[in-house]
Amino acid sequence: MAGLSGLPRAAGAELAWKTLHKIERPDWPAPNLADYDGACAGFSWDAARAALTGLPDGGLNIAHEAVDRHLDDGLADKTAIRWLAKDLTPRDISYRELAALTSRFAHLLERLGVAPGERVFSLLGRVPALYVAALGTLKAGRVFSPLFSAFGPGPVRSRMEIGDARVLVTTAAWYRRKVAPWRNELPGLRHVLLTDAGDDPPPGTLDLERALADCPDSGGLVHTAPEDMALLHFTSGTTGRPKGAVHVHEAVVVHRLTGLLALDLHQDDIYWCTADPGWVTGTSYGIIAPLVLGATMVVDAAEMEPARWLGILQDQRVTVWYTAPTAIRMLMKLADKDDPGIFADYDLSRLRFAASVGEPLNPEAVVWAEQVLGLPFHDNWWQTETGGIMLANYRSLPIKPGSMGRPLPGIEAAIVHHAQATGAVTLLDTPGTPGELALRPGWPSMFRGYLHEPERYAKCFAGGWYLTGDLARRDADGYFWFLGRADDMIKSAGHLIGPFEVESALLEHEAVAEAAAIGIPEPTAGEIVKALVALKPGVSADEDLRRALLAHARKRLGPAVAPRQIDFRTNLPKTRSGKIMRRLLRARELGLPEGDLSMLASDAP
Amino acid sequence: MATIGDDPLRETVLDALTGIAPDIDPAALDPDINFRDQAELDSVDYLNFVLALERALGVHIPEQDYPRLSCLRGCLAYLPTLTSTPQD
Repeated sequence: MAGLSGLPRAAGAELAWKTLHKIERPDWPAPNLADYDGACAGFSWDAARAALTGLPDGGLNIAHEAVDRHLDDGLADKTAIRWLAKDLTPRDISYRELAALTSRFAHLLERLGVAPGERVFSLLGRVPALYVAALGTLKAGRVFSPLFSAFGPGPVRSRMEIGDARVLVTTAAWYRRKVAPWRNELPGLRHVLLTDAGDDPPPGTLDLERALADCPDSGGLVHTAPEDMALLHFTSGTTGRPKGAVHVHEAVVVHRLTGLLALDLHQDDIYWCTADPGWVTGTSYGIIAPLVLGATMVVDAAEMEPARWLGILQDQRVTVWYTAPTAIRMLMKLADKDDPGIFADYDLSRLRFAASVGEPLNPEAVVWAEQVLGLPFHDNWWQTETGGIMLANYRSLPIKPGSMGRPLPGIEAAIVHHAQATGAVTLLDTPGTPGELALRPGWPSMFRGYLHEPERYAKCFAGGWYLTGDLARRDADGYFWFLGRADDMIKSAGHLIGPFEVESALLEHEAVAEAAAIGIPEPTAGEIVKALVALKPGVSADEDLRRALLAHARKRLGPAVAPRQIDFRTNLPKTRSGKIMRRLLRARELGLPEGDLSMLASDAP
Repeated sequence: MATIGDDPLRETVLDALTGIAPDIDPAALDPDINFRDQAELDSVDYLNFVLALERALGVHIPEQDYPRLSCLRGCLAYLPTLTSTPQD
């Protein structure tokens, strides 16, 4: 296991914060999870599976659970999605309309000759076409893979190559900027559907609206089995290319269960998940879970803006809100308990439950929310590979600010020591012992593989555990506390960024000899990517070159992945086997103890 | 320190923007269109842009006014209304 130096949080920090005991209001529905211990003791996955409708002959299809089944349960004319345009004009889409739209999309895939199991990628913001493409793809038994729209052409291309993209749904502008320049090098990409091309789609593309126009608006559901591939979510690795985590239709068991228990979603809720659709949260909780539970979800097309968000919470009467630490920290600048600022202008009294995910939520933010919003944020933890929430702070349990909470009923979580050399895994049962967070495999939304990479998949498991790569501690009450990553992955604004992808892009620049990407703390984003660069002989380091490298990296990677800072070094410290020591560089940047340097071979000042 | 006036202010805004995102070509910017709708900028970039403006102009920009800085023309209309505060 990796050393613990450079932890983002001091051990024992939780002692400084009082446990929050929450109030319940008489107008609120009872919590879905009223008795945590009882629910854990009596839990069975079979019962969780039985809560779904399913298809004949043991089949299961996420889109059927999320949409079509509501045609028969009295919810058909209820609003499934209230989409807010950038000017806040609403467009309501009922479950019935969503069923029709997704059927048309499913028929379109059939008509285009896309085979079941083949991948349909999206590169879209929060627009109605995204929801239609995602659910229509699933309905058709094809596999949906969302990309983050702030990716540059590099990350878009590598993910579409690895995922064997057959279809891409995007906008004309993003197609032109991020895909068209290399499209001919990806012959497997047969169809590009543009949401806004109108009468004049560029060569080799189709306008989505026109292509859908004469597709039938019912049927199109393909019988899928619980273990059929449904979703491909990309995540970054410390080394090598991004990994495509494979999820199957049975993941919907966990989407439903966690929506119910961890987010306390009730059918009458107005639910708002602010996550970008390009990430796993935007799919599991920004599309699937609320629809399976028959709630109404609010979707905002625009980017985060504090006054806009408060207006949406108030005007849409949001009851359950799922957001992220970076956004919460931006809101925290606007108010505190002594000065409610613009919060005083908004009525947020409809809000019953607020949750956060993406990176650890600092205890200040939990307490701030209780003081300013009147209810605390409930932090929870999960990752692309787990497919759904695994640890959570629940409505019915006290919150320890700064903690990720306790395992979902049905999930066994532990702190372990994993000896890299022997592969042995030891349980660390003593409360408070730091180690790697591990989960007992077998929950329905567990990833079934990294596409085409069985060896990397196998490496995630040892001694009967799934090893998460996150370091944590469990206290005597069973609450888990995040400590840091066991590897060199960078967590920025809720996104996991692989240093290798950043370094590879920098190395493509003619002036660069060596590059290392590390995460350094930043108050709003948690961490930002900083690159340390050694130049080729004869190249001089100056401000013009620094800006040129920044521009190069941003064009190649997009703002979500590119470094925010670049510094020059004469040489980068390496192990004797030539591996750049990112951990040491990070310790130096942060003024932390450098640890054991015996592996160090080269390190010119 | 730049003065709040016409052309120097425009230059200050564009410097702040291209300092964060040197991939942006200032000549190609439409002054009436949201920066984020015509260039690759995310929310962290945008925050850094506002902080860079504060440093360059020696002003404090209240968070609720950030939306007024979303395009070039908005910046040029809004920034002169701020009172410069001395920096240490």
